[in-house]
Amino acid sequence: MAGSRDDEAGLLAIAESVVAMAVSGEDVEVVVAHERETEVRAYGGEVETLTSAESRGIGVRVVRDGRQGFAYAGTLDADALVEVIAEARDNVEFATPDEHCAVAEPDGVLAADLDLYRPVLVDYPAEEKVAIALELELLTRSADSRISGVETAEYGDSVSASAVATTTGIRSTSRETGCFLSAYALAEQDGETQTGFGFSLGREPGDLDVAKVAAEAAERSTRMLGAVKPASGRIAVVLDPWVSAQFLGIVAGTLNGESVQKGRSLFADRLGEEVASPLLTLVDDPTDPAATSATATDGEGLATRRNVLIEGGRLERFVHNSQTARRAGTVSTGSAVRGYSSTPGVGVRAVSVLGGDRTPAQLVSGIDDGVLVQGVSGLHSGVNPVSGDFSTGAEGLRIRGGELAEPIREFTIASTIQKMLTDLVAIGDDVHWLPMRAAGVTLVIGELTVSGV
Amino acid sequence: MVVDGDGPSKGRDPGLLEPDLLAETLSMAMTTGGEFAEVFVEDRRSTSAVLDDGRIEELSSGRDRGAGIRVILGETTGFAHTADLSPAGLRAAAEAASAAARSGDGGVHEVTLDGPSGPSPAVVSVLPADVPKARKVELLQRADAAARSTDGAISQVSARYGDSQRRIQIANSEGLLTGDRQIRTLFSVSCVASGDTGLQTGRESVGHTVGFELFDWVDVDDLARRAAGRAITKLEAVPAPSGEMPVVVGPGGGGVLFHEACGHGLEADLVAKSASVFAGRRGEVVAAPTVSLIDDGTMVGEWGCFAVDDEGRPARRNVLIEDGVLTDYMWDRLRARREGREGSGNGRRQSYRHLPMVRMTNTYLEGGIDEPDAIVAGTDHGVYVAQLGGGQVNTATGDFVFGMTEAYLIEDGRLTAPIREGNLIGNGPEALLAIDAIAGDFAMGSPGTCGKDGQGVPVGDGTPTLRVARLTVGGTAA
Repeated sequence: MAGSRDDEAGLLAIAESVVAMAVSGEDVEVVVAHERETEVRAYGGEVETLTSAESRGIGVRVVRDGRQGFAYAGTLDADALVEVIAEARDNVEFATPDEHCAVAEPDGVLAADLDLYRPVLVDYPAEEKVAIALELELLTRSADSRISGVETAEYGDSVSASAVATTTGIRSTSRETGCFLSAYALAEQDGETQTGFGFSLGREPGDLDVAKVAAEAAERSTRMLGAVKPASGRIAVVLDPWVSAQFLGIVAGTLNGESVQKGRSLFADRLGEEVASPLLTLVDDPTDPAATSATATDGEGLATRRNVLIEGGRLERFVHNSQTARRAGTVSTGSAVRGYSSTPGVGVRAVSVLGGDRTPAQLVSGIDDGVLVQGVSGLHSGVNPVSGDFSTGAEGLRIRGGELAEPIREFTIASTIQKMLTDLVAIGDDVHWLPMRAAGVTLVIGELTVSGV
Repeated sequence: MVVDGDGPSKGRDPGLLEPDLLAETLSMAMTTGGEFAEVFVEDRRSTSAVLDDGRIEELSSGRDRGAGIRVILGETTGFAHTADLSPAGLRAAAEAASAAARSGDGGVHEVTLDGPSGPSPAVVSVLPADVPKARKVELLQRADAAARSTDGAISQVSARYGDSQRRIQIANSEGLLTGDRQIRTLFSVSCVASGDTGLQTGRESVGHTVGFELFDWVDVDDLARRAAGRAITKLEAVPAPSGEMPVVVGPGGGGVLFHEACGHGLEADLVAKSASVFAGRRGEVVAAPTVSLIDDGTMVGEWGCFAVDDEGRPARRNVLIEDGVLTDYMWDRLRARREGREGSGNGRRQSYRHLPMVRMTNTYLEGGIDEPDAIVAGTDHGVYVAQLGGGQVNTATGDFVFGMTEAYLIEDGRLTAPIREGNLIGNGPEALLAIDAIAGDFAMGSPGTCGKDGQGVPVGDGTPTLRVARLTVGGTAA
C-alpha cells in the first residue's frame, strides 16, 4: 500500500493540503481518516453475509476570533476538500465568541510508541476469515445439546489510519488493526429459551480464541435455563466483568472537564475528596497497548497519557482537551475524543481499576446471600450520569452459602452512582480489556436494591 | 455521472445516478451467478447547531454520499459499499459484493431497468437548506432564554437544532428503479436544575419528516419551558418504588413500551431465527382483546415515515395485532422472498454503508374507550409514567426494560409525589396480556432513534393513556 493516499503519510498530506488553504486571521484543524473493514456472519453452516467496506472522511474546524465553525464529508475527493473548508468557514460567524475556543498547540509531549498495527491482518485472506466464522458457528451450535440455535456468529476486522494537522503546527498520524469474534447463542429446554454471548478480540486473527467464544456463549445461555424472577430486597451484588466495565465506563465518563465546567457532573465540587471506597483506584491510560481503545494520539493530535482519576477512593483528576484545559487554567490531558464528523469532545478512553488479590470464585465463596449479575439492559434509559440515579434491567444467578445457585431474570438492580462507589467492598484479580472504553473486573457491591416479584 | 443540485422538487426526483450506469453495475454484480443484485445510492446533507452554557458553540455541516451493493445467492449475501460513485468505484464494489456470492457458472447477465416507479417523495414547503443559518441559531437562543426564565433553579441549558436531507435511489436486478427524498427537522432542549437534593435533568424534543415549516406550529419557547419544568419537578422527586405494581403510561409516552414489548419481536428476521418469543404465533391471542397495534410508514410528517423503504418498496400501513390477535410480522425483501410473500415496506438501513434489515417505522396502539382520569382513579397504588426514556429488549426471552424520565406515585387513585429516574422491567407476552385499560386520548410521542445490530434509524411511536396491571418498577424505595 506504499504511496497510497490511504496510508498515514497519504492522509497527512491531504490534511496538510487543506491546512494550506487557511487564510490570514484564522486557524484551521483538519482530521482525515480511512478505514477498511470486513465482516463475516455465519448461520446454519453457511455464510449469511460477507461485507467488505471502505470508508474515508474529513472533518475541518475553522477558528477565528474565538468562534469556531465545523464541516465534514464522508469522502476525500478533491472537490469535497474545498467544499468542506469553505462550509466550515461559513459556519464560523454564527458561533458566540469564547476566549477559550482555539485549535490545540503542540505541547512537547511525545506520543507513545504503541504496537497497534499488524501487517498480517492487512493481508489475511478472505477465505480464512470465512472459515473462522463458520467454525465459530459450528462450535457454538455443538457446544451443548441444549443449544437450539446461534442467532449470530461473526468475525469482524478493521484496518484504520488517521491524521491530524493544524495551522498551529500539529502533525500527528496513527494506524491500527483490530479484529473480533462474537457469538450469540440460544439455549432451549422445556419450551423456554435463554440467550448468552461470547467474545474474543485482538490485533490479528492469531489473537482470537474460537473455542473460548463458543464455550462462553453456550455456558452463559444454558446456565440461564429455568431462570425465575427473584424476590425484591436489598442484597449484596457481584458484577461480572462485562457489567462492571459498563458501570466503570459511566463513572469515568462523568470525570471530564466539560461536564464539570458546565455543571453536569455529580463530582464537580469534589476534587480531592473521598468519593469511593478506599479499595478503588481508577486510571485512564490509552497508552496501554492491551486496551482495545489504545491510541498514542488524541482527537486534537496531542499525545495521550496515563491519568489517575481516583486513587484509594480519593478524586484526583478530571480529564481535559485543550479547550476545557484553557478554561480550567491547566493543560490538556490528551483526552480529546472525536470522529471525523464531530468537533473534539473530552472523555476517557481506556479506564481500568487496580485489581484485587482474590479470584472471582473466592469472592463468590465469601457471600452468604447475594446475586451475581451477568448481564444488564437499559443503561441508556435508567442511568442518569448528571443526577447519579442508577437502575438497570438484569439477569444472573443467585448466590447462596458462597455457591452459585439458581438462575434469575426479569429484575432490576438500583442505587445511585455515588452510593455504589462507596458500597464497593471487594475487587477481583481478573482485570481484563473488553471492547469498551473500560476494562472489566469482578466487583462486589455490599448492597443494591433488587426489584423483582 | 452524479446528477447533483436539487432546487425545489417539481414532481419526480431526478435521481442520483444515471439509469445506464446503474444497469451496468447490476450486470457486473450478477456475473458470478448471483440470483439477485441491488444498488442503493444515498446522498445525505445535514446541518446541526448546538447551544450550550449560554453560547452558540458550533454550527456543523455534513455531507455523506455513496453506494451499497448487495448480491444474494442462496442463503448468502455479499455486500460492499463505496464513497466513489465513478464507474470504476462502482465496478470495484460490485466485484467485491459478488465475490462473496459465487456459484461457479456465472455468465453474462444483462439487467434492464424499468422506468422510474413508486410514490413521489413527500412535499416539503420550506427546504431547510433555503433557510438562513442565522434563523436556525436564533431558535436556539430563544429556547435558552425561555428555559432560564422558567425558574431560578435552572442552572444549565443546552439546545440542538438539526436538519437533514437524504436522497436515495434503489435499482435491482429485477428491473426496479425508484427513489425518495426524505427531509427531517429536529429540535431538542435539555436542562439541568440544581437544588438541595443535587442535580436533576429534563429534556424535550420534537422531530418530524418535514422542512423548516416545523416551526410554524412548534413553539420552541414552550418546548424549552416544558424541559425546564421537568427538571424542576424532579428536584422534589422521592426514590422510586421497588417491585411489581400497576403502571399507568400517559398519552404519547407508551410507544416505547410497545416498541420493546413486542415490536422487535415481530420483526421477521428475528422470527426466522427463532430468536423471538412471538415466533410461530400468528393467528394466536397474544394481547388483551382491546389491543390493536399498527406499524405505519405512511403517516405523513411523522419521524419514521418515507415514500419508499431502503429496498425501494412503498411504505405501508401494517396491522400487527388486531383485537389481541397476532395478525402478521414485519418483513424486508430477503425474509419475504424466502416465505414466498410480499415485503411490508419495513426494509430499512442507517446508510449506504449498511445492509437493510427489518425495522419498524411509526408504531402505535389504537385508542380505546376508557377515560384517562378514571384509569388513574381506579389505580389504588402504582406508578404513573408521563415521559418514557429509551428501552431495550431481549427478543428471545421477551424480557424488556424502559426508562421513566418523568413519573409520579399513584396513591389512592391520585397522582402524588414525583419519583426519581429508573427502569421498569417486564416480559413482552405477559405485559401485552396484562393491559387492562386503554383511553381514547391518543398522541404521538417524541422522535426516537431505534438501534438494532449497530444501526440507528428514525422511528415514531404513539399511544393513548393505558395501564399495565403488573410491571416491575426498578427503584430503591422499599
